Amino acid sequence: MDRRPAASTIERRTLLKGLGAASAGLIVGVYIAPARAERPGQAQSAQSDVMAAAGSQAGLFQPNAFVRIAPDSTVTVLIKHIEFGQGPYTGLATLVAEELDADWSQMRATSAPADVELYKNLAFGMQGTGGSTAMANSYEQMRKAGAAARALLIAAAAKSWSVPAGEISIEKGVLRHAGSGKSGTFGDFAEAAAKQPAPAEVMLKKPENFRLIGTQLTRLDTASKSSGKATYTIDVRKPDMLTVLIKHPPLFGATVKSFDDAAARKVKGLVDVKAIPQGVAVYAENFWAAKTARDALSITWDESKAETRSTKEILAALRSASAGAKTAVSRGAMPAGDGIKTVEAEYVFPYLAHAPMEPLDCVIEADENACTLWFGSQMQTIDQAAVAQILGLRPENVSIITLLAGGSFGRRATPSADIASEAAQAAKAFGKKRPLKILWTREDDITGGRYRPLYVHKIKGAVDGTGSIVGWSETIAGQSIVAGTPMAAMMKDGIDPTMVEGAEDLPYAIPHLKVDVHTVDVGVPVLWWRSVGHSATGFSTETFIDELLALAGKDPVQGRLDLLAEHPRHRAVLQEVARMAGWGDKVPEGRARGVAVHKSFNTYVAQIAEISVGSENAPRVHKVWCAVDCGLAVNPDIVRAQMEGGIGFGLGAALYSAITLDKGRVQQTNFDAFRGLRINEMPQIEVSVIRSAEAPSGVGEPGVPPIGPAVANAWAKLTGKRVRQLPFVGDAV
Amino acid sequence: MQITLKINGKPHKVEVEADTPLLWVIRDQLGLTGTKFGCGIAQCGACTVHIDGQATRSCVTAAADAAGMDIVTIEGLSGQIADEVQKAWIALDVPQCGYCQSGQIMSAVALLTSTPRPGDGEIDAAMSGNICRCATYVRIRQAIKDAAAKL
Ligand code: FES
Ligand code: FES
Repeated sequence: MDRRPAASTIERRTLLKGLGAASAGLIVGVYIAPARAERPGQAQSAQSDVMAAAGSQAGLFQPNAFVRIAPDSTVTVLIKHIEFGQGPYTGLATLVAEELDADWSQMRATSAPADVELYKNLAFGMQGTGGSTAMANSYEQMRKAGAAARALLIAAAAKSWSVPAGEISIEKGVLRHAGSGKSGTFGDFAEAAAKQPAPAEVMLKKPENFRLIGTQLTRLDTASKSSGKATYTIDVRKPDMLTVLIKHPPLFGATVKSFDDAAARKVKGLVDVKAIPQGVAVYAENFWAAKTARDALSITWDESKAETRSTKEILAALRSASAGAKTAVSRGAMPAGDGIKTVEAEYVFPYLAHAPMEPLDCVIEADENACTLWFGSQMQTIDQAAVAQILGLRPENVSIITLLAGGSFGRRATPSADIASEAAQAAKAFGKKRPLKILWTREDDITGGRYRPLYVHKIKGAVDGTGSIVGWSETIAGQSIVAGTPMAAMMKDGIDPTMVEGAEDLPYAIPHLKVDVHTVDVGVPVLWWRSVGHSATGFSTETFIDELLALAGKDPVQGRLDLLAEHPRHRAVLQEVARMAGWGDKVPEGRARGVAVHKSFNTYVAQIAEISVGSENAPRVHKVWCAVDCGLAVNPDIVRAQMEGGIGFGLGAALYSAITLDKGRVQQTNFDAFRGLRINEMPQIEVSVIRSAEAPSGVGEPGVPPIGPAVANAWAKLTGKRVRQLPFVGDAV
Repeated sequence: MQITLKINGKPHKVEVEADTPLLWVIRDQLGLTGTKFGCGIAQCGACTVHIDGQATRSCVTAAADAAGMDIVTIEGLSGQIADEVQKAWIALDVPQCGYCQSGQIMSAVALLTSTPRPGDGEIDAAMSGNICRCATYVRIRQAIKDAAAKL
């Protein structure tokens, strides 16, 4: 937090007096970038982090880059994070509304344009969404934006009513002066507020004075998503627009050698066919014509540099990786000798597709001077730069309109800007000025790579004669997600942190801990997948600790608690979930329960799953209890929804999902073979959100890691069989 | 070939190929984009519409085969059942990314039309063809029950 001294003590005193010492919150400097239209010229851009005088545009009050107040009193918040289900439209608008003292019914949300200076993710330094950071990095920024707007509205009212600003209050969007009985709406003062000098600092509320944060508010995007009216990229329609489908190589790393489009060109509605670096692009008047023409292409591929191994061979390479290990953490030494019992386990995690419900898509309109893209951009700054480079434009001449996206789970956050680059290449190759809608089919999506990496985790554990767990030595082999990409700066001492997160920070008090990493090069493109490395480390650590506790004769909950003395937040969620489930109570005949606790993205989640043996010799999960500590829960119902969704997503993957390769060819092509969870497989879920005053942390991902191990631990209890390889169903790898 | 489709009560003359799926006529030619594309092979239910009252996957239904039938898309939903379903959806904040939800709602309305008081098993059976990658299933179940209770 910036503690720069007050530049405007008058306003500060007024504010303080107005609110009274008892209710005084936190005084903060207001360094909210102004709205673009009101910003000083390039020469003065150093001032851009200082609140500029607010201005008005057709009666619209734009106090800063994030808030717009219209004459009808609606407040629109420009959301710098993409909305693909995790709730940032609602969450960030809640923060603004809280400090603005707005009524929830007057709040609206829209996506912010691509503009790194104004809308960067404060955790990344560039505009983008991921790592469950949306709420954490916006928490103070959005509150300041709301508080700054509030101060201007009050100043305008004070002037108009000729009363001291400190005597004006706002409640549910109505400004009042008790002494004179005067009142007014935001709309009444929008125009005048635009002429007020910006405050240099404002006071943020104390948490005990929150009226909206922490309460149940209807999501701002629910109504449009319950009526078919929400607009996604696939729904964008422009005059003269063509649909583009791209035939991608059948092997990763293959390229187009030659193609014959004679048959494709006979398809009615086909406009053109062009080779682009990503494959062969088919331009047509509509989707069906594009698909029919694409199916009719005959392409010869150059496979000389392609990955041609099968999953079995790649797995063998990971298993046998021995040279060049890097050590992520090492303390103590593995005990040996009399009375020491050891266990070894090898875990195999398959490649996983994200399979967001809306396949990748992008609408682009480009000419020599500028370009606009409409799509679900998750990393606007990277997408903008990639498109600019392909089209020979300056990044600022590439506009991105970020639309709602039908899910991502990490898929839209590509360091290589894949869909945006493809759109730019398609536009460049086409050469004519017509809007293009690039669409992927489900087959393009499932076979298109950028999977959660295939991993092998080998763990050796030791328990001494007194039943204490005394050693834990782990080796992780897999591909790096960030090495060789624009995100390579994330590498630490030659280790991709996404491979070891959740393992190197094992919270249990075990004297010896060592985690080694083998990074193996494979020609299959990989990417972060909801909860990233935790999607694997959560499973291996939480099933292995369960196994060691069993070996030591300890209860899974109490045994964990005993090892977590230094980790109160882990303990609290574990105790809460045990309370909710009635851990230790008699479980119905034929059922068993398993537990797991895992911290990811600074959020702590514990889950207990109750299962029986279901069809396909796999668990039938009846019920899941979940306790989550994400710090202060801004929107508790969205937190619950993210836990429910994370559990369903993680459970589907653990039970059914795998991508496999046969001589380099992906064997799954659609939802028939790449299976996720369906409603008949969804357990009942009960979620408890821990009350906390800690800073808010993310919830989009942390619900995922514990579900697989909780179910596997229940399975071991029920059947005596430990699960070493995912998914449960099928012999994927 | 030219066919006439009756969609949301209105006739539309459209030019299609023999194999053009109804989904793409609805989306590309008629501009009704509430009906979504998710898989193209009748696996996900995102493209669900009602044909003569039956929940139908429009991605595998040739438009030509639907000529003359009563086709309803999410844009044309009406009546008490649809109202209660949509109200329940909003009250529970069912959608996350929202992309599957048109299809979910179309399936839910068809279910409640034929089975006004469905049990858990009936809900699961009727809705298992609709994938939600965000796994909003807990709330979908509850919303269907809440809507049923109002009918
Ligand atoms: S798009 Fe028709 S069922 Fe998936
Ligand atoms: S709400 Fe995202 S797929 Fe269902």
